[in-house]
Amino acid sequence: MSAVSQLDDQGRLQHLLTLEGLPAATLTDLLDHADQYLDAGRNGDKKHASLLGRTVINLFFEPSTRTRTTFELAAKRLSADVLNLQVAASSTSKGETLFDTLKTLEAMQADMFVIRHDASGAAHFFAAHAAPGVAILNAGDGRHAHPTQGLLDLLTVRQRMGRIAGLKVCLVGDILHSRVARSAIHGLRTLGAAEIRVAAPPTLIPAGISALGAQVFHDLDAALDSVDVVMLLRLQKERMLGAFLPSLGEFHRDYGLTHQRAARLPDHAIVMHPGPINRGVEIEGDMAYGPRSVILEQVNNGIAVRMAVMDRILGARA
Amino acid sequence: MSRTLISNVRILDPVSGFDGPGHVLIDGGKIGAVLAADAPLDMAVDQHIDAAGGWLVPGAVDLAARFREPGHTAKADFASETRAAFAGGITRFALPPDTHPVLDTPAMIVRVLRISKAARSPWVMPLGALTQGLAGTALAEMSALKTAGCVGLSQAMAPLDDPLLARRALEYAQGLGMTVHIQPLDARIANGGCAHEGATATRLGLSPIPVAAEVAAMRFWISLVEDTGARLHFGRLSTARGAELVATAQARDLPISADVAAHQLFLTDAALDGFDPAAHLMPPLRSEADRLALREAVKAGVIEAICSDHQPHEADAKRNPFPLTAAGASGLELLWPLTLKWMTEDGVEPLTAVQRVTSTPARRLGLNPPVISAGQPADLALIRPETWTLDPKQLLSRGRNTPLAGMRFTHRVAACWHLGVARHRLSD
Repeated sequence: MSAVSQLDDQGRLQHLLTLEGLPAATLTDLLDHADQYLDAGRNGDKKHASLLGRTVINLFFEPSTRTRTTFELAAKRLSADVLNLQVAASSTSKGETLFDTLKTLEAMQADMFVIRHDASGAAHFFAAHAAPGVAILNAGDGRHAHPTQGLLDLLTVRQRMGRIAGLKVCLVGDILHSRVARSAIHGLRTLGAAEIRVAAPPTLIPAGISALGAQVFHDLDAALDSVDVVMLLRLQKERMLGAFLPSLGEFHRDYGLTHQRAARLPDHAIVMHPGPINRGVEIEGDMAYGPRSVILEQVNNGIAVRMAVMDRILGARA
Repeated sequence: MSRTLISNVRILDPVSGFDGPGHVLIDGGKIGAVLAADAPLDMAVDQHIDAAGGWLVPGAVDLAARFREPGHTAKADFASETRAAFAGGITRFALPPDTHPVLDTPAMIVRVLRISKAARSPWVMPLGALTQGLAGTALAEMSALKTAGCVGLSQAMAPLDDPLLARRALEYAQGLGMTVHIQPLDARIANGGCAHEGATATRLGLSPIPVAAEVAAMRFWISLVEDTGARLHFGRLSTARGAELVATAQARDLPISADVAAHQLFLTDAALDGFDPAAHLMPPLRSEADRLALREAVKAGVIEAICSDHQPHEADAKRNPFPLTAAGASGLELLWPLTLKWMTEDGVEPLTAVQRVTSTPARRLGLNPPVISAGQPADLALIRPETWTLDPKQLLSRGRNTPLAGMRFTHRVAACWHLGVARHRLSD
């Protein structure tokens, strides 16, 4: 498999597989473009024509409702024809290989595949084998990357704080299994965040995370000291218990964002969560929509960011 | 009976310790004569090869090569891999028991030997299954396997989760004087992982295999050797701590030996960048510190042998997202070139390098080590110092899966004789 480049030889985005390695200018352009869609939306101008006649296939090998919905809405608002395929139980269970699935759908003259798969590297695989001109947009591959989530997190932070550069950000919870964390770390680092901290028990911190530019904390109070942004990660309760954590209660006591802890944050600090929330685990329930919370803004920004990415990849080529 | 004279060649024979110029006459299936450099060459021969600049070495003995037959002939078979083995200068190899069906009965050994004979393959040295079906639940008929021709026993890459059965397996093998070959990996610690635990796996989001998965398994097996006195060979070490454990065990005179796959001396987990499925190997490619420690251990003889760990795959097996691909690389044709590249890079004595792929692995399989002297079987390889670059499309193995594409080598296998017959010959 040859290495895949996300940028074409003119430096334009041709796939979005990961935020790692993308230049700051590319990230900033995507955020600015998303802002334009948000502005247009506030003026009642929700529908755009830039993907008219283009076909976008949402190919989800993992169950997802909210992410798939926002990709679908984004593509529709750009006037693309959209096809949603939940592949988990269909062709692969009949023995079709991923390669054959890709080739079959390509034959339907798709212009872009939005792919979610539980194997890390799945989006790279599709990009390596897709026909020239067919774009791959990673909607989450294993633990590796979730670049549009990363972008919407960056956009949300920028809206509230006015910038990314110089900020102190703390990610809390299951870093080990989190593609959201990895994408956020790459994006924050590229855009010049001053400090990126990760806080979790050692069982949920992957080896060598410091090489990505994150500092490791096992004491949440120390980790939250003077931070601007708290990013809570979703805990997958089913696979955590016993193997990684003694109990959810113990996790909440040591790593949950409680009122007490939130009270010690700087006044301007914001709290983020990619959803869906486990109330009473990552966060004390009634704080989810409290004054610091930007969780619903994240959802709205998700649509705009996905429109921006789709337009930059498909719209710019027309 | 055909007679071939190989003249003006540098002869390297690690058993006699001879490294010097001379001429070798192949007479029928045997070495007819080894002549001093100044000896007259006025004999009648059918073929005369002036090998000036070349090295004549014994055919390599590979401690782990899968020919995929029987059972996995979509990947390769004895016919295809025989060509590759001879092109790689390999004349004997140990066949791990994870064929399909598994090599756990005398009938299966007979079948493999018959397939090998029909394909005129290199000498095949079957390793019998340590447990029935490699299932790890009942001892295989080790004595019968020995009688049928097995040179050792192995659990291949299958887990053996029952510690008591593992101990009994070693005891039983010890009673038969058979070496047990173990590729150390604690499957519970590895937990289905596919990459070395470290920054690369974390960045790529690949599930990690900690170093402890290898080391914990080794400590477990070593403690059983301490109990039983059984002879144990660790195959395909990948970690510095593993090499250190072998050194410690050897210092205590435990009957423990080890080998390493040649590619482990050259690559690290950095090769996984971009999710290259060719670099999906088991054990996984590890850190630079591990790679350097493995090189040192081979040089010092703590790791006594280098093997190909040949695992050819069909293209589809590697055409998937990285974690879903099959592990393993095609290696027969690269065993000599990698060994001699290591020799060149690390300033290793040529005889030592030759020994690591010939006499030491032969002894480990209980075989007479190959010797370049009159009357011995003519299993020989001619090596040419030559710079060349690997293009996987040129491999003769049906498996073109290698993470070493584009690597530059210092030596090339120019010819290979098996029982006196030239089975591989590069055109000049």
